[in-house]
Amino acid sequence: MRADLEIIQEWIRPGSQVLDLGCGDGELLANLKSEKNVGGYGLEIDQDNITTCIEKGVSVVEQDIDRGLASIRDSSFDTVVMTQALQTMHRPDQTVEEMLRIGKECIVTFPNFAHWRARFYLAFRGRMPVSKFLPYTWYNTPNIHFCTFDDFERLCVEHNIRILDRTVVDHKLRDRWWIRLWPNMLGEIAIYRITR
Amino acid sequence: MPSDIPADSIGLVTPETLHFDTPLALSCGRVLESYDLVIETYGKLNADASNAVLICHALSGHHHAAGYHSMEDRKPGWWDSAIGPGKPIDTNRFFVVALNNLGGCHGSTGPKSINPETGKPYGPDFPIFTVKDWVNSQVRLADRLGVSQWAAVIGGSLGGMQAMQWAIDYPDRLRNCLMIAAAPKLSAQNIAFNEVARQAISKDPMFHSGHYYEHGVVPKTGLALARMVGHITYLSDDGMREKFGRELRAGKLSFDFNNPQFEVESYLQYQGERFSTSFDANTYLLMTKALDYFDPAADYGHDLVAALSHATCRFLVVSFTTDWRFSPERSRETVDALVAAQKEVSYAEIESAHGHDAFLIPNPRYMAIFAAYMNRVDAESKALANKESNHAS
Repeated sequence: MRADLEIIQEWIRPGSQVLDLGCGDGELLANLKSEKNVGGYGLEIDQDNITTCIEKGVSVVEQDIDRGLASIRDSSFDTVVMTQALQTMHRPDQTVEEMLRIGKECIVTFPNFAHWRARFYLAFRGRMPVSKFLPYTWYNTPNIHFCTFDDFERLCVEHNIRILDRTVVDHKLRDRWWIRLWPNMLGEIAIYRITR
Repeated sequence: MPSDIPADSIGLVTPETLHFDTPLALSCGRVLESYDLVIETYGKLNADASNAVLICHALSGHHHAAGYHSMEDRKPGWWDSAIGPGKPIDTNRFFVVALNNLGGCHGSTGPKSINPETGKPYGPDFPIFTVKDWVNSQVRLADRLGVSQWAAVIGGSLGGMQAMQWAIDYPDRLRNCLMIAAAPKLSAQNIAFNEVARQAISKDPMFHSGHYYEHGVVPKTGLALARMVGHITYLSDDGMREKFGRELRAGKLSFDFNNPQFEVESYLQYQGERFSTSFDANTYLLMTKALDYFDPAADYGHDLVAALSHATCRFLVVSFTTDWRFSPERSRETVDALVAAQKEVSYAEIESAHGHDAFLIPNPRYMAIFAAYMNRVDAESKALANKESNHAS
């Protein structure tokens, strides 16, 4: 299983109800179901991913998160998860607000735009960073709202969001001791557990 | 005529008639003392009867869902695109049961049948059936066939509504419910179209208040009109533009009212004409009423979440982008209620230009999702069969 999903799985209580926003091929939900008896749904828009989820027996609903989550009732999930999709939302702040409305807790992961390699790329090449991990160019990237860990934490302060846990890892999702020295410079992906 | 039967067809099939003597109490308060159901079955029922699938038909459907009745048949059954060897409802794996609902006109007891009390056809006196009543009759059918729990109950449109009613009323008797291009109840617009259809039939001078059999006539004009208006709601604007555009039959305008000039007029007239000679007007009236009355949430304080909270099966809900009769938003109502009730549900919105009719037309994505879901159903049925045989040994 993907390393970030392993970390997320640790944070989810057995028997709880989970909503996975942008659930991909349903890997997280399938694992949570078999290992922790967790119920729930994935929202997805990719056609092949939806078929794969159905093949796996993962409940998947075709829904564009950007068009809102208004159809889902308040506090109807124990945990709402969104991995590597926050930066693709039209209004990440509103998406986070909606996640906190429908879930008692939320887990969000996103890439750090203040990682030293991105800073270096922009500072010395003067162009928007492109890497193996984030291979898009500025005009075709789905990542329209990049932010840094510090930016996200500022958003949490401004919106009265409590950060329960934070794990910062490299692009291979490894937890390295030196990242903790200066996460906003050295970390590539953050996994936050938040609540209101 | 199929010169050869295609390899992925179930082939030649034969309907059978089952007689039921146990009185069936109906929502309208009346009782149907005895009745016949015409069915077709495809595939083999396995030893523990865990592979049975029920197909519920839509407004003008019947028991002939797949295969051919004879080598002279022009077309196969109405859902042959989805039922057959290697198709989503794979007859190599499943025992598929399709029936003609009560009130129908293809052999099951309906308005054309003789009322034992009068010795004459029921005509307009045939009781008005609800979806709930149909499901009750289908439970009797399951009992007769030795099916204590369907692997899946599957239907499109009005058939999907029957599947939903099964999940609510008989939660222990199905493991999966597939609702395709359906809605949890009709909108005012849906009812309005049905009312136009009913008015067209009942205002036809040949209708004779529904007693047209005794006069040896049929309200063909009214039934054709009803079908024409219905047919428009099954297609989409895009689909009609693609299929007919503004094409003229004679290549130019004729400046008269005598003949259909645009291709779309000719198509509708042909559809209406064909339907009016093969379908029964009283059945059409009954089917539209069953649609109008369908509202399972009404029994639960108009709370669809409460209604569906009884269900224990898993659900697949499918809608089609250009379906405006039961649009994707209507399927979403069902999905949202199922999510709120914490039921296992998957939902897909299929891109199609074919409007409501899309549920009958093969489309790669639709068939892929349908097959993926049915593969799960099959795997579960097999797991269940293994578990039971282990218990037995």
